[in-house]
Amino acid sequence: MSQNYLKVKGLSKKFGNVVALNNFSLEVARGELVTLLGPSGCGKTTALRLVAGLERQDSGTIFLESRDLTLIPAHHRNMGMVFQAYSLFPNLTVAENVAFGLQMRKVDRSARIKKAHELLDLVGLDSQSARFPHQLSGGQQQRVALARALAFEPEILLLDEPLSALDAQVRSNLREEIRRLQLSLGTTTLFVTHDQEEAMSISDRVGVMNEGRLEQIDTPDDLYNHPKNVFIANFVGLMNQVSGTKTGKSVSVFGANLKVKNEVVTDGRVLVYIRPEFVELECTESDADAKVISRLFLGSVSQVICQLNDGTIVHSLLSSRMSAEFAPGIRVKIRVNEDEVLVSNG
Amino acid sequence: MSLVVQESGKANSGAPSTRGATIHPALLTFIPLLPFILIFGFFFIYPIAALVYVSFLSNENTFTISNYVTAFSKPYNQGFWNSVKLGLLSALMGAIPGAIAAYFLEIKGSVKIRRVIAALNGVLANTGGVPLAFMFTAALGIQGFITVALKYVGIDLYANQFSLATFSGVLIVYLYFQLPLMIIVFSPAITSLRKEWREAASNLGASRSKYWRHVGLPILFPSFLASFLLLFASGFSAYATVNALTVGNFPLTPLQIGGLLDGNVSATQLHLGKALGVVMIVISALAVVPYLLIQRRVARWTS
Repeated sequence: MSQNYLKVKGLSKKFGNVVALNNFSLEVARGELVTLLGPSGCGKTTALRLVAGLERQDSGTIFLESRDLTLIPAHHRNMGMVFQAYSLFPNLTVAENVAFGLQMRKVDRSARIKKAHELLDLVGLDSQSARFPHQLSGGQQQRVALARALAFEPEILLLDEPLSALDAQVRSNLREEIRRLQLSLGTTTLFVTHDQEEAMSISDRVGVMNEGRLEQIDTPDDLYNHPKNVFIANFVGLMNQVSGTKTGKSVSVFGANLKVKNEVVTDGRVLVYIRPEFVELECTESDADAKVISRLFLGSVSQVICQLNDGTIVHSLLSSRMSAEFAPGIRVKIRVNEDEVLVSNG
Repeated sequence: MSLVVQESGKANSGAPSTRGATIHPALLTFIPLLPFILIFGFFFIYPIAALVYVSFLSNENTFTISNYVTAFSKPYNQGFWNSVKLGLLSALMGAIPGAIAAYFLEIKGSVKIRRVIAALNGVLANTGGVPLAFMFTAALGIQGFITVALKYVGIDLYANQFSLATFSGVLIVYLYFQLPLMIIVFSPAITSLRKEWREAASNLGASRSKYWRHVGLPILFPSFLASFLLLFASGFSAYATVNALTVGNFPLTPLQIGGLLDGNVSATQLHLGKALGVVMIVISALAVVPYLLIQRRVARWTS
């Protein structure tokens, strides 16, 4: 996929003395769904708002193909945006809300009403077109906001945590709906969320942000399996942190010598990062590393939580069938079923 | 108090009787409203009803409409016209700049400035009557300190027949409390405008003026109209300030009513003042009609 549709280069933004965005660069391909993921205050929403034109950057450029948008005001950027909540105009009906973008583009009344109904049909709300926003549920309102953002066929769809105010079930349904619509319409989409499950489940690529910088941008698979640094490893998915001893390019942990992925730490005592699915358990009475303290049944898999002799907690993800024998109190030996690990100074 | 009576079949079934005085649920919701209903009845409905009744009485206590015939004749019709004009103009001159000031204070003003202005507005909006008239006389009267100071720099306020006791003079004095009152009552409407609406409109292709035309102003208009009516009522019925400024000589309905009640004017009809009062009530009620019409439309998207 050629990643040259949206090109953001070296964006920086300060609010007073607070650096919200620090030399942020990103390229998005046409038709791609890229998610910016990160903790609160990492700059992901600022990045999105700069792309939308709702904030003015201190430095950097924004290009859409060859068109320089850097100084173009928001209302001339032709980007659809869905906000966290409460962005529907309360004085307009659902259909009028959806047709608003077309009205601003001077599309004639009959054409815009037809388009509004088409879009409402796509999000399953055509029957609600004559209602007012306050008569809809939160999930329905966000669906209307999505239809409104798509109605004028924007060049880019921007989603600013559109699911964060919804309950779990609605959230999950709407998440799938967003992806379905995005794929069927082929709309290039930039999505901002702090929810990694949301990000990993619907994105072509996920960019993880921290302190105003883009730490890593990759496919969800690569991000999870090949985090570039300790922050990503800790932020994306569940990660065990256990003590090990590093010597050169290998680290010794639970009696095994594993290769070290990163080269930035000195030899000696280090923290080793291991995903729960790479932690295997074996019941033993002698030579045990840990004691099982609980087992969480999650359906086809279960999470077995163990406590090492030094008090460290280690999570192991096993098939529920295999995990049945690890009842609380059982003493276990731990094996790491991974060749390469990330380490940091402990 | 109502009694909940058991159905006859059940009452005869032999089960232990639970018959007793039980307060009906509808009555339970009515009881807490009773003090309000009593006060409303005694101090609002009863005086109005009495006023309407008496306004149709002649000096001999027989039915007549002559009080109303006189009320709509000179000089009283001039009083109505001046009162309505003063109410409308002072409301308009307070409402438009007041709404703009409220917008800039709420949207652009810092928390500190908002607090200071809010405190100041609270004082200004509640300053009226004789103290306000005295303040203006002391400042802008013929010997007022601003008048005298301006004379020193070559500006004679009174060169062109300016006087606080004229219509324009009274209008200036009324603005003193109308403007702050508008800022106070309209600010909550401004704060209810969500930033997301402005941003969403902009994102959808609306310029600032289009946002105001299609979203901002339609949302604010009912509140603006309600605030305007409040200002109108305040200007239309104000008595003490204008009475002190003009020594009761300005043809305004509240002053005319005051004069009739005090017996300071020679009137052959004892109940003329009551008829003037009833007409004032009718004008105030009519002024609320446009608001009710707008409110009915707005109710579709607010409730």
